Amino acid sequence: MAMTEQRVSYTLDSSLETIDNAEEKATRVATELGFPDDEIMQISMAVREGAVNAVLHGNAYAPDKKVTLVFERSADDLIITIRDQGRGMDLSKIPNPLAPENLLKTSGRGIFLMRSFMDVVEIRPTDSGTELKLIKHVHGPTAGGKEASQ
Amino acid sequence: MSMKVGSRQVDGVVIVDCSGRITLGEGSVILRDTVRDLLSKGNKKIVLNLQDVNYIDSSGIGELVSAFTTTKNQGGELKLLNLTKKVNDLLQITKLYTVFDVKDDEASAVKSFK
Repeated sequence: MAMTEQRVSYTLDSSLETIDNAEEKATRVATELGFPDDEIMQISMAVREGAVNAVLHGNAYAPDKKVTLVFERSADDLIITIRDQGRGMDLSKIPNPLAPENLLKTSGRGIFLMRSFMDVVEIRPTDSGTELKLIKHVHGPTAGGKEASQ
Repeated sequence: MSMKVGSRQVDGVVIVDCSGRITLGEGSVILRDTVRDLLSKGNKKIVLNLQDVNYIDSSGIGELVSAFTTTKNQGGELKLLNLTKKVNDLLQITKLYTVFDVKDDEASAVKSFK
């Protein structure tokens, strides 16, 4: 996909392949938009973690449920939306992974990593599942609405 | 690139050379099975050499924690060796750098076991 359009949307299965696929697409889009290498890694990792949440915790691998992945380019931001069709999550029940009593837990770091790597992370319930919005501000020559070169 | 592991003995310590990605799915499973197999054979001094691991996600981080606690619970020690910058940064932001014993050269890692 070339990110010359302002918005690109994918509908993906609830599978492990979707997680790798989403990460690869994010890497490609971030590269095309001219993000520096460290931010490309941050964006792709945040999208991977979001896809993991959607496939595992949202849709629970259900074959009849889909994951929607949307990349949008505004003047100053890359906006990535991941929607699932699951039961949603209660953010208040996600413990702080940096608390000493949680450091040795084997899960619960995905949302923390997304928040560490992206400028904005929003999670909200929808009529049919959960919507995750990840925003990274565009800096440098591609900022201000200029399209990235292919 | 999926994950690959190879292990070798150095002065009673098992060095597990890992390469590729430790992520949800195959990579995490390979790491889990490798550590469990070593422990089941009585190897309780384990070093995970992560020099060629270029990517770890939250599941992979969880698997490292699991390997660490499983080894400790069986009376052993598991240490990390040769972190790449990406993996090092991840352990820093998750505060796990304070949990793991991280070494940057193999000889001192081997020597550090009691």
